[in-house]
Amino acid sequence: MATPGKPLIEVVSLEKNYPTGAGVFQALRGVTLNITEGEFVAIMGASGSGKSTFMNLLGCLDRPSRGSYHLNGQDVSRLSSDQLAALRNREIGFVFQGFNLLPKLTALDNVALPLMYAGMAREARRQRAQAVLERVGLGERSHHTPLQLSGGQQQRVAIARALATRPRIIFADEPTGNLDTETSRQVMDFFSQLNREEGITLVLVTHEADIAAYARRRIRFQDGRVVEDVAVAEVAA
Amino acid sequence: MIFSSLLETAWHALATHRMRSFLTMLGMVIGVAAVILMMAIGEGAQAMVRDSIKSMGSNLFIIMSGASTSGGARVASGSAPTLTFDDADAIRDLKDVLTAAPVSPGNAQLIYGGINWSTSVFGTTPDYVVVRDWPMESGGFFSDADVRSGARVVVIGQVVERELFGDEDPIGKIIRIKQAPFEVIGVLAAKGQSLDGRDQDDTVMVPISSAQQKIFSNSLRNRARFIMAQAVSEKSMGTAETAINDVLRSRHRIGTGQEDDFSVRNLTAIAETAAATTRIMSILLGTIAAISLVVGGIGIMNIMLVSVTERTREIGIRMAIGARRRDVLWQFLIEALTLSLIGCGIGLLLGVGGAWLVGRLAGLPVAVTPASVLLAVGVSFLIGVFFGFYPARRAAGLDPIEALRSQ
Repeated sequence: MATPGKPLIEVVSLEKNYPTGAGVFQALRGVTLNITEGEFVAIMGASGSGKSTFMNLLGCLDRPSRGSYHLNGQDVSRLSSDQLAALRNREIGFVFQGFNLLPKLTALDNVALPLMYAGMAREARRQRAQAVLERVGLGERSHHTPLQLSGGQQQRVAIARALATRPRIIFADEPTGNLDTETSRQVMDFFSQLNREEGITLVLVTHEADIAAYARRRIRFQDGRVVEDVAVAEVAA
Repeated sequence: MIFSSLLETAWHALATHRMRSFLTMLGMVIGVAAVILMMAIGEGAQAMVRDSIKSMGSNLFIIMSGASTSGGARVASGSAPTLTFDDADAIRDLKDVLTAAPVSPGNAQLIYGGINWSTSVFGTTPDYVVVRDWPMESGGFFSDADVRSGARVVVIGQVVERELFGDEDPIGKIIRIKQAPFEVIGVLAAKGQSLDGRDQDDTVMVPISSAQQKIFSNSLRNRARFIMAQAVSEKSMGTAETAINDVLRSRHRIGTGQEDDFSVRNLTAIAETAAATTRIMSILLGTIAAISLVVGGIGIMNIMLVSVTERTREIGIRMAIGARRRDVLWQFLIEALTLSLIGCGIGLLLGVGGAWLVGRLAGLPVAVTPASVLLAVGVSFLIGVFFGFYPARRAAGLDPIEALRSQ
């Protein structure tokens, strides 16, 4: 049983509709849930189940059609796009399946990028970026470009970038999708360690059960609704 | 976001696409170089015309001997001199005319010591330098008495002085013009180029009577190829021209309906036309160059649009990690501006260098003015903003989710 903390994410009756040629597609049909600080949540579901839409809303990349979303007590649906950008920069780190590093920048510059948008001075952000790269075990590779790094190393650079602004929460969208089993295990171990030792809230989107098994809570989506929300440790026990 | 970070980002983006950046800039480089060069040539030409007009004297008429046309066919002006010294005197006595001088021009070989120099010889009267507003550098001009007596005295121009005498003082020396000895009594001040491009300092002046007797040996005594006359003021140019026509027609007994055996030209008007033509030419040159500058700007917009499309995913990533719309807008705007301003800088260097080269090789007068440099820089800046804004706004308006999904 996870230690109860204060709710970091509060979602009430969240809906998201997309206009399509044939009318309106309801991607989310009323989702209500809380995620407390320090949780490690796996969001599962088939493609089209609404899990990616939910993730985009939680990640402040999009606004809901109906319902409310409070992040750290702040009503996200009322924020402007620039305020959302600032919120993403400050509170949220993203890790994507395809790593999404800028190929022309070195690992160091990639990690320093969010700090640039945070308004940090050049030297300060390079120092911070170097420190974060060392934490993910890539201190020696900071001047390599993504193409000179292996997939696992690229994903670690991406994690370092997500950690650079010291966010409260990290959203990882199929973070092991492009990695082999061994590298996947290393990445997931690192995520677990981050969650355990630093208390960073982790929200993981995956369709692989063994990856979801690293999380302590599992939320399953189907047809835009939550159909399962269980603590994994209880299931295992 | 810090401005230096914007510059750094822009510089990095341009540096990673070196070839493309260079080709994009090339449009601006050529445009700016063309503007600088064309304006330099135009300005130089205008300065040359201005100098020539100033050296010509003001409110001038030139009365040519012979009709400008004869029965519709053009005849060589002055082939049969019809103007006499008395005509010149009559014109000088007109109310609206300040003074007038008959001129008998020709070419002759000058000899001083062992040196030969072929130059133009003007037979005229002391009024000529008054009309032309032509001061002396040393010595004096010949007098009316010299003209009456046919004295063998000569006044020489700067080029002739240099070629014949070098550092020697020419005053009092005897030179031979077509074998006839003449005493140098004065040196004219420098006058520079005339409107038709002749070097006015490569000349000598002698009394018109002496020129006809000793140098040109022509039988038509007391006749002038042309008469230079100066009106008392700019306002009296019109009445002066009518009066000159009237007095010459009556003196030459030309009835109504008959063709004149002379022609009066308003040199000041011709000069003004030349000035206006040059001005129009330089505006034309500048306009053509400016068009190439705009084409360069469109090139930048084109590449920036391609760049935005190509980098949609990058934009999505930047937005996801916290770039605000205005950060993205600035990023692309600064990229366009950097391209246009670096292009402008290279273009400036090329333009100034090209202007110098044209001045050196073609002998054309060129003048790179601060105004043309300011104009080129200003227009480049505006082009960067104008043609950079649309692609930048497109980048900033992208939806982060859509952008992240693109390949």
